Parts: sequence; structure tokens; C-alpha cells
Amino acid sequence: MRKNGLTDYTLICILVVWVFSFAIIGCSPKDGESVASQNTAQVIIKNKGSDTMVNLAQAWAEKYTGITSTASVEVSGGGSGTGVAALINGTVDIANCSRQIKPKELELATQNTGKAPQEFIVGYDALAVYVHHDTPIDKITIPQLAEIYGEDGKITKWSDLGIAHGNCPSNRIIRISRQSNSGTYFYFREALLGKTRDFELGSLDLHGSKDVVEVIGRTPCAIGYSGMGYATSHVKMLEVATAPDAPYYPPNLENVLAKTYPIARPLYMYSLGEPTGEVKAYLNWILSAEGQKIVEKLGFVPLASH
Amino acid sequence: MNILRKKSAANVPFSETVIETLIRLCGVSSIIFVFGIFFFVFREGAGFLFGGLDLGQFLTSPEWYPTSLSNKRYGTLALILGTFSVTALAMCIAVPFGLGAAIFVSEFCSPKLRETFKVIIELLAAIPSVVWGFIGLTLMNQLIIAVFKAPIGLTMLNGGIMLALMSVPIIVSIAEDALKAVPDSYREAAEALGATRWQVVYRVLLPAAKNGLLAAVLLGAARSIGETMAVLMATGHSVNIPLGPLSWIRTLTATIAAELGEVARGDEHYQVLFIIGILLFTITFVVNLIADLVIKGIRQE
Repeated sequence: MRKNGLTDYTLICILVVWVFSFAIIGCSPKDGESVASQNTAQVIIKNKGSDTMVNLAQAWAEKYTGITSTASVEVSGGGSGTGVAALINGTVDIANCSRQIKPKELELATQNTGKAPQEFIVGYDALAVYVHHDTPIDKITIPQLAEIYGEDGKITKWSDLGIAHGNCPSNRIIRISRQSNSGTYFYFREALLGKTRDFELGSLDLHGSKDVVEVIGRTPCAIGYSGMGYATSHVKMLEVATAPDAPYYPPNLENVLAKTYPIARPLYMYSLGEPTGEVKAYLNWILSAEGQKIVEKLGFVPLASH
Repeated sequence: MNILRKKSAANVPFSETVIETLIRLCGVSSIIFVFGIFFFVFREGAGFLFGGLDLGQFLTSPEWYPTSLSNKRYGTLALILGTFSVTALAMCIAVPFGLGAAIFVSEFCSPKLRETFKVIIELLAAIPSVVWGFIGLTLMNQLIIAVFKAPIGLTMLNGGIMLALMSVPIIVSIAEDALKAVPDSYREAAEALGATRWQVVYRVLLPAAKNGLLAAVLLGAARSIGETMAVLMATGHSVNIPLGPLSWIRTLTATIAAELGEVARGDEHYQVLFIIGILLFTITFVVNLIADLVIKGIRQE
């Protein structure tokens, strides 16, 4: 040991420092439990949930932090279920959710925290059906989508839709979907297939709204669904009709507000109990004309009253 | 150390006793951690594993419908085959490259080049898996579309290449150590008998180092089986029975990663994901056991 220049004492010193570092970590004040802790002048509002809404929530948070000095907002994504789970554990002030909270989750949250989650509709999202921009198709019907995505569906090739897709030599429709418990997946499945039929396996289940559009933009054979705000120049949004003889509507502001576009859904925020103080002020601001302006700017649909 | 051990206890300085105790604690703690993790994973999944899960369906059905509203089905066959096929493909690529590189670095290249090589290989090992995943999602995706005229590049091949790139550094460094551990007298004896450099490697070094080389390959394989983020992004994440390198697949680890974040705690689906965890544990255990037996068999020869 001496030969290596490392004496017993240096070794002991290293070990002592190592052990003490654990003690120090153990003694640091716990910060995970306090929600919207008021011990500093600035209140931190914790906001978590839906992947669809994460860009929107981030934009709200940035703008709001700029106009108020008493609060700042921390936003993280992870998915609607993640947000609700955090709400149930009482670790966030506001959960973002692209689907309605389930009765079981509502019950769990009330049981765990003693406060019932309160629901706020903060905007609408149209789920656009995306294809690669070279795909020679502009319109699609809900029954067609159901046959593309549904279990034992009859449409598996582009030619089944009456299309000669030059950029897709295999002719096979590549279905892009989302992981099976995202809010978007749930909503799209119910809009297409109701509550009794499942999606056919073998779709590419991507992790996040952005990835869906990104992959479709690189894949001529693909079809997929994602929030209308995620459109890029590499993809095309299809017009959708509820039935073959019904009129087709593109996903846009007017059609969502008029409820003519068939695959649009509300976006929710949930607070623990009746919101108070800074959380209440923040939610009021989101629902105000100024907050709703940001909804529109990010490609979502603002509430009808604005 | 043996000489020190034989001294009577009174002669051992206090500092040494402290060090020995702490080191022993470190050793024991790793065992405690492994059992702790196994206990936790098992506890979370046990309720459903012994009460309600159809184990036959779980292992042999390719139908994975954990969130169906009308007919929930928990079949993991496609996921198991996905994990094994992508790992096998990755090893087909990584083993020749990894062992070849190790032989080159250890036997054929100049000391200066060796140092450069080692730094670069260590750099390769330091790239986070999410970066590999992103490369798979963007660059490799388009490359595979262009080269193989595949409809989409997010395939088993893509994931296999990413996993191979991630396990090559492990294979190289462990295999190189194994080759270095072969005594120089073996090389000298072989050269004295008139063997060429290639004959020395092929006839003397590889047989002498085969335990270490096998360990290198198995550790590389273990890395591939356990890898999550890169395969989640690069393989297409699609429940499919793999039919070839260009089919898109899903692995056990990626399924846990993608779905665990959004399930309600204590839910059936939550427990099934933990049962997949138990399955992964079992697979790793069996792989290690086989490795041990193989190495023991080699030793007895």
C-alpha cells in the first residue's frame, strides 16, 4: 500500500468523507412534500401531466411568470396519467389532462389527500389525422379510419382506399399510434371504435405527440394521429367526415368550435380541492382572454367565449 | 495480504480493522440491494401473479391489450420474441466487431495507437442511450429506408445496430483485459515454435482466454437485454411477432418504460408490468446461470 503512495490515513479520510456525505444528504430539508410552499416570497405552482398539453402549459407558465412577481410555475410532462398520479399523491398543484379523470382516480385522490379534484376545461384539441405530404389523399372518413386501426380491420393497403401511392412501393399502410395508455390513444380509440372494439396490434406506438408527426414526416407509407398544433411542413392533415356521404371538415378553429370536426376533445386542468391563492389566480388568468390567446397561438382551440 | 492475515489480532492496526469492516459492508450491501429490488418487484406483482393472471396466456399469447375496455389480454410472447431477436441480432454484429477490435488492440497495434483507441472506445461507452435512440429515430431510420427500400426504418435492424454500438465498448474492454491476462510466456513459447502472429492468436490466445472472452460476450448480451431507451425509440415499439430484421418490434423493457408512467398504482396493468419485471429477472438469472455452467464446464476440461 505504501508503495502506491496511498496511506491508511488517506484511505480512512476518504471513507469518512464518503460516510458523512450520506449523513449530509440525509439531513437536507425535505422539499418534496410541501405543495406551493409559502416560505419564500415567490410561490411555486407545480404543474404536471399531459404530453399533448406540455408545450401549451410551458407557454402559459413563461408568460405568467413575466407578468406576476408573486408566483412562478414549474411545468413537466409525462402524460395525463402521470399528472393524475401526481395529483393523487398530492405532489402537484395542477394536473394537466387530455382526457377526463376516471372515477377511480377521482376517488383515490379524494381518499389520499382529503380534497376532491376540481375540473377546469382550458381549451380544445383537434386530433388531426396526419399523412406524409407526398401521399395522394386529402380526405378520410371515420369508418375508413376504424377499418385501418381497428382489430381485424379490412383496410391494410393504400390501394384499399382507392389510392395509388407512388412513394410507397410496398403499398402497405403503416399505422402510427401512441402508447396504449396515453390520453390521446384513449380518446382516438373511443372516437373511432367506441368502447367495445380494440386497435389492431402491430402499429408503431410512439412516445409523444411530437414523435408521431416527426416519424410520419419521414415515412411516406405512414398514417397517424396527433394534436393539430404539431403540424409541420413534412406532413399533411386530412379532412375528416363522420360517414361516406357526410361533409368533410378540415381540422381548424372554426370547425372545432362549431363542433363539426368529429375528432376534437376538451383539454382539462385539475386542481386539488377548490383552488385558492396563487393557484386560483393562475387558473383565472389561463381562462381569461390573455391566457386563451396563447391557446390559439399554439395551434389549439380556445374556449368559445373568447 | 496472506502474511498480514496470519499475524495475531493484537498486531493489526485499528485503521485496518475499520477499512476491512467498511469494505465488507460494501460487499454485503450489494447483495442486500439485489434482494431488496427483487423483493420489491415481486411484491408489486405477486398479487396478480398468483390471483388471476393466466400464466399460459401470459407466456404464449402475442395479444397485448392491457388497456382494452372490453377484453383485456396480457400476452407477452411478441415482447419476449422481440427482446430475444433484437439481442441476438445485436450480438451477431457486436461479437465479431468487439472481439476483433479487442484482438487488434491487445496484439497487433502499436502502444501509441492503443492509447488513442482505448480513449475513443471509452468515449463510445459514455454516450447516453437516449442519444443512441435519437440517432436511431432520425439518422438510421432514413438510412435503412434508403438502403433496404424498407417502408420505415424503425425496425429490429435499427435497434440491433444501436444495441451493437452500445455493447461493443463493453465487449472490447473486457475481452482486451482477458487477452492481456494471458501470460507472455505463452506468446513467447508459441513464437519460439515458429508460429505466425495469427497462429499465436488463433491457437494459443483465444483458447487460453476463452473464459474471459465468454464473460465479455455475455456481459454485452446482458447490456442488450436490459437496454430500454434506445430500443424504445429505434425499434418502432410495435407489438409484432418478428419475422425478419426489417420487421418492427417491441421489447419487454421498452414496454415497462412506456407504460409504467401512466398506469394507476395497484391496477392490474401496473401489476402485469411488474410481472414482466420478474420475467426479465428470471431471464437474466438463467443467462447468468448458463454462463456459469459453461465456464465451469470449460474449466473442468
